[in-house]
Amino acid sequence: MSGKESVLTECILKVKEEGRCARIPFVTGGVPDKDSFWDTLAELEENGADIIELGVPFSDPVADGPVIAAASHRALSRGVSLAWLLDGLMERKYKVPLVIMSYANPLLQYGWSKANGTSLEEIRDASLEILAEHLFKAGIKGVIIPDVPLDEAGPYQKALAAKDIDLIALVGPNTSLERMEEYAKTAKGYVYVVSVMGITGAREGLPPEAIDTLTRARSVFSLPLALGFGLKEPGQVRGLSSTPDAVIFGSALVKHLEEGKSAADFMKPWLVG
Amino acid sequence: MKAYFGDFGGRFVPELLVPPLEELEKAMETYLTNPLYTSELNSLLCHYAGRPTPSTFCPNLSRELGFKLYLKREDLLHSGSHKINNTLGQGLLAKRMGKTRLVAETGAGQHGVATAVAAARLNMSCLVFMGKVDVERQASNVARMRLLGCEVRPVLDGTQTLKDAINEALRYWISSQADTHYCFGTAAGPHPFPTLVRHLQSVIGQEIKLQINDREKKNPDLVVACVGGGSNSIGAFYHFLEDKNVTLVGVEAAGTGTPGCYNSAPLNLGSPGILHGQFSMLLQTPEGQILPSHSVSAGLDYPSVGPEHAFLNATGRVHYGLVNDFKALEAFKILSQSEGIIPALESSHALAWVLENRKEIKKDQVVVVNLSGRGDKDLDIAREHLDF
Repeated sequence: MSGKESVLTECILKVKEEGRCARIPFVTGGVPDKDSFWDTLAELEENGADIIELGVPFSDPVADGPVIAAASHRALSRGVSLAWLLDGLMERKYKVPLVIMSYANPLLQYGWSKANGTSLEEIRDASLEILAEHLFKAGIKGVIIPDVPLDEAGPYQKALAAKDIDLIALVGPNTSLERMEEYAKTAKGYVYVVSVMGITGAREGLPPEAIDTLTRARSVFSLPLALGFGLKEPGQVRGLSSTPDAVIFGSALVKHLEEGKSAADFMKPWLVG
Repeated sequence: MKAYFGDFGGRFVPELLVPPLEELEKAMETYLTNPLYTSELNSLLCHYAGRPTPSTFCPNLSRELGFKLYLKREDLLHSGSHKINNTLGQGLLAKRMGKTRLVAETGAGQHGVATAVAAARLNMSCLVFMGKVDVERQASNVARMRLLGCEVRPVLDGTQTLKDAINEALRYWISSQADTHYCFGTAAGPHPFPTLVRHLQSVIGQEIKLQINDREKKNPDLVVACVGGGSNSIGAFYHFLEDKNVTLVGVEAAGTGTPGCYNSAPLNLGSPGILHGQFSMLLQTPEGQILPSHSVSAGLDYPSVGPEHAFLNATGRVHYGLVNDFKALEAFKILSQSEGIIPALESSHALAWVLENRKEIKKDQVVVVNLSGRGDKDLDIAREHLDF
C-alpha cells in the first residue's frame, strides 16, 4: 500500500478549513441522457460541487430507492455501461475528484473476459487489477460498492489500493462501534455515513438516528465523514449537534435532472449552506 | 459457520443488512440443535405438514423402463410442495428471535403460500413481495395468500419477476429488521441462508435414505431433482454427498431449448458473478447485467442458483443436466397417465431427465426422483401446450 495522502481526504479537509461542509452530488451515468451527461458534470463542478459521485447503472440495485433504480434501468436501456463511462472520462478532464459508485457485479465483470488465471480466485484478482488500471486511467479517485461490506472487501481493497484509489467504507445506524473500528483499519478517503435504516431516496428532515451514527463514527474514524441517503436540501443538516464534513445528495438531483432542469439550479440552495 | 462453499457463496449485501444476517447466524447456532426447537419443528412437520412423506414405487413406469423408479412424495405435503419444510423451520426460528413478522419473496407463489401458511399457524404477520408479472399469471396463488391473511405487494421494478421481488424484499428488510425476519425461499442468497435452507430441507434426503434402505436394503443408485434456486435438490442430495456410490443429478430448465433462448440454467449456460448477496453462477451480459430467465415452470425461473450447487458442479460431485420445456411437459403427462400422479412442472424436469437418459441407467438399479411439488397449479399452463 502506498503512503500517499488521499486526494479525497485532502479535498474535504480543505473545504472544512473554509468553514463549510463539502458538497458531493451523485449522478447516475448517462443521466439525463448520454450526451448532456458530460455537460452536467461540468455544470456541477462550476456550481459548487467539491467531489462528484458517478453511479454505474445495474439491473438489480438493491440499496436504491425508486428514483435511482428507475434512472438506472433507463440508463441501461440507453446503453450506458462502466466501459462507456470510463471511455468518456478518458477523453475529458474535470477539476473535481471523481468517485464511482457501483454494485459489485459490473465491477467484477469489467475485466473478467481478459483476466487470466487457473482458479476463480486468480481470475477474480486479475479482473479487479484490470478494473483498477482503467479506473486509474480515467482519473477515478474513489470507489463505493454498496453490496460489498467489510467481510468481502479484501480483494477489492487490494486491487484499488495498488492504484491509490480509495475504497469508501459505508456505515449506518446499526453499525456497532466495534464494527466501525474494524472498518477504520482499512478505510480511506472519506466515510460514507448512511443516515437512515433504509435505501436511497429523498426524505423530509433527518432521522434522529443519523446524529447518533455521526457521533459514533466521529469517535472512531479520523477520516472526514460524508452524510448521505435521504438528503435533498441543505436545511436538513443545518444546526445539527453532530455535523458531517460532507453531504451527499443523489435522488433529489437525479429526479431534478430527469425533469429536464439544470444542475446549476439544483446547486443554488447548497451554495449558501 | 462457513460463508463459502469452495469459491462460491459469501455475503454481498449492504452494510445495513450485515447485523440481521449475523443475528440469524447466531440464532441458528443457538436453536437449530436445541431439543425444544427440534421437537417443536418435528411435531409441526409430522402432525401439521404431513411428514414423513412416502417414497412411492412406480410399478408401471419401472416395468417399461427396466429399472426401479421411486418418487419422493414432497407433493403430498401441506400447501403442495417441499417449501413448507423451510418456512416452518424459519418461522419457529424467527419467533425465538423475537420477530413478529415474516417477509418473503415469491415467483410462482409456492414459497409465498408456504410462508403465509407458516405465519398463520405461528401467529405471525406476513408480507410477500411478488413481481407484477407473476401476480398476474399466478392469480390463484395470490388469492390463496390473501385468504391466509397475508399481504401480497406487487413489485413494479425491473423485469417484475422473482429476481425483482427478492430485491424488493431485501430493501424492505433493511428498514424492518427490528421486528421482521426475511424468510428466504431457496438455498441461495447471502450467508447464512444457503446453509439454513439446506439444513431445513435435508430432511428430504434423510427420509429417502431410510426408506430406500428399508425397502431395497441398499442406498439408491441415482437421486434426481430439479434445480431452480436449488432447495429441493440440495435437500435431497445433502445426506448422500459422502456416499460416493450414489449418483446425484440436478436438472436445470433449458427454456424452449432453441439456441440462445432465455433459459434458467446458470450452471450449464451461465458464468460466475454476484447477485442477491452471493457469488455463484449467473445468467448475465458481458457487462455484468443480469439477464431475464425463462422456463415453462415458474418455480425454476431464476437467473442464478444456490452457491453450494455451483460448488458441487465445480467439483463434479453432482452432475447437472438440462431439460427443455417440451420434454418437461411430456413427462408431466406421462406420470399423470402411467401412475396417477400429477407432478409440478418443476419436478417434471427431473422425471424428464430420467426418461431421456433411460439407456444410461442399468437394469434393476434403484432411481429416486424428488417429486418436489404437485402439479394442480400448472394445469392452465399445461393446457396451453398439451392436449388433454
